[in-house]
Amino acid sequence: MSSEVFVVAYEGAQDDPGVLGYAMQRAAVEGATLLLVHVLEWSPYSFLTPEELEERHGRRAKEIERARSDVTGPALDKVKAAGIEAECVIRYGNVVELVVEEAGKAGAGMIFVGRSGSQSVAARVFGSVPMGLAQISPVPLVIVP
Amino acid sequence: MSYRKAYLAAPLAALLPVQAAAQGIDETINTIFADYTGWYVSLIFADLPGTNFSWIALWLVVAALVFTFYFGAIQLRGFTHSIALVKGDYSDPDDAGEVSHFQALATALSGTVGLGNIAGVAVAVGIGGPGATFWMIVAGLFGMATKFTECTLGVKYRNEYPDGRVSGGPMYYMTKGFSERGLPGGKIFAILFCIFTILGALGGGNMFQANQAHAQLSGVLGEYPGWITGLLLAGVTFIVIVGGIKSIAQVTEKVVPFMGIFYVIVSVIILLMNFDMIGWAFGQIFMGAFTGLGVLGGFTGALIQGFRRAAFSNEAGIGSAAIAHSAVRTKEPVTEGYVALLEPFIDTVVICTMTALVIVITGVLNIDPETGLYVWNSEAGRISTEGEVAGVELTSAAYARAFSWFPAMLAIAVVLFAFSTMISWSYYGLKAWTYLLGEGAAKETTFKVIFCLFIIIGASANLGPVIDFSDAMLFSMAVVNVIALYFLMPIVKRELESYVSRLRSGEIKRFKS
Repeated sequence: MSSEVFVVAYEGAQDDPGVLGYAMQRAAVEGATLLLVHVLEWSPYSFLTPEELEERHGRRAKEIERARSDVTGPALDKVKAAGIEAECVIRYGNVVELVVEEAGKAGAGMIFVGRSGSQSVAARVFGSVPMGLAQISPVPLVIVP
Repeated sequence: MSYRKAYLAAPLAALLPVQAAAQGIDETINTIFADYTGWYVSLIFADLPGTNFSWIALWLVVAALVFTFYFGAIQLRGFTHSIALVKGDYSDPDDAGEVSHFQALATALSGTVGLGNIAGVAVAVGIGGPGATFWMIVAGLFGMATKFTECTLGVKYRNEYPDGRVSGGPMYYMTKGFSERGLPGGKIFAILFCIFTILGALGGGNMFQANQAHAQLSGVLGEYPGWITGLLLAGVTFIVIVGGIKSIAQVTEKVVPFMGIFYVIVSVIILLMNFDMIGWAFGQIFMGAFTGLGVLGGFTGALIQGFRRAAFSNEAGIGSAAIAHSAVRTKEPVTEGYVALLEPFIDTVVICTMTALVIVITGVLNIDPETGLYVWNSEAGRISTEGEVAGVELTSAAYARAFSWFPAMLAIAVVLFAFSTMISWSYYGLKAWTYLLGEGAAKETTFKVIFCLFIIIGASANLGPVIDFSDAMLFSMAVVNVIALYFLMPIVKRELESYVSRLRSGEIKRFKS
């Protein structure tokens, strides 16, 4: 990627057209490349049953395949159809940390994220993805309503 | 019986008309059970000629010592590296989403931490005196090397299927490892191991759990027939393992670690409340380890009980952990060995010692004020205790001295621990079953139904025959497994040396600082 890179924290169809549409607009204006980062929430410190351990490797492969075909694939097609250069990354782990990490790796100039609008107790106590990104993002962050 | 107990026991009163008949069933099961398994139990726990030291205890002690020396005290020099691996310092971020070292350890621990730490320790201290704790800790420390050996092999020789499933365990390293070394008999070892695993799953992994869960529940709710607990536990287990309602197992798997942490916290609080007696308690443990302090059999009585209960609790050498640990995602089998060696440490050195210290400090074991020795109840074959209770009830009584609400909490914990261990062992047993008979829905369901039926038997039988049979089956697994480990330990050494040299040269990267 030689042009400026904008990272989009892409959760799925709910970010479409919202955050994805706005990021596409900005990328078209600035001539930037989009990097869609889709994170599957995962903690290496969670607890699994013996059966889950046995099946984990196979399930992970299926989860990545499904994310690629149902989530990032259609989004990538839409961006490319608009004539904007784009790539996508699928990662496992903490959304906030990995979006920032990918932004750093790609030398991104801006991060776009959708406002989750979550009113849940968990989001209020532990914070939402936009809040987390607002706290640790090393580059300007755009929260799209 | 308190009002609370009476209230809780009210629904059970409706079952009184059938109680007499039910107790008859209990006794019948007990008699049949003792008659049919007694000879095998005697064989496994036979004393060495001219001594009162059972050959099987020596078997495990020698194995743990051999592995400790052969791998240069890996449990000491590799301890900090084990912690780093569990923290994920060496885990490739690209492998996120796969089974982590922590997850494999936690799942293996949920199969081992449980009744062995609560009831088993009480049995050891009740029969072998406080000194049994010392030998339990020693067995736990040496057993770390055994666990390291078996879990490294478990990962190295696991089967990875095209659909992504991973299956491992002693039966795989026995066949593949023996074949790699050009040794005959690997298949025979694997078959024997699987037979004992199935019986061990039905014994220690099932009946002992059901039995102690019933003992604890009847202590809180009042006496009622064991088959009722058995039927309830069997019903829930049936729903999970046959009905495929995995959410129950998933919830248990998540709750059990927190119950374990809670148990340790309560133990630490009790110890802090009796801070001035900790020194005295350790004195009892050290003195008892070499003198017996009035326990029948003295030093050897304490030693045998300590080793027996440690092996039953942390399962080092038994081979079961190798099945759980084998699913981890790693390119280096020896890393899982490092992680697995923490299991006996957490299980035996930390948690079992907590239970033992609380039992000793709270004074539930009766001491003769004149001699300072423990009062021996020759009729029961153990130290006289407050209310003459044993097993999980002794632990409950000890903790109740500090917190009156603890027996109710312990009852919940025991049932959850028992259930979690049953789920783990139903899996280990099933792996052995399918290894012998092949995979297939009908074959798997047959094992699962048998497993559930044994829960009812276990809850109905008395403590003695159940504990003896459970131990005999688990130790039978250890006999076969340890022989295989002796033959295969050069492979582990080769893996270890290669890993350590690459770690030192920086070829193996640390991803987190």
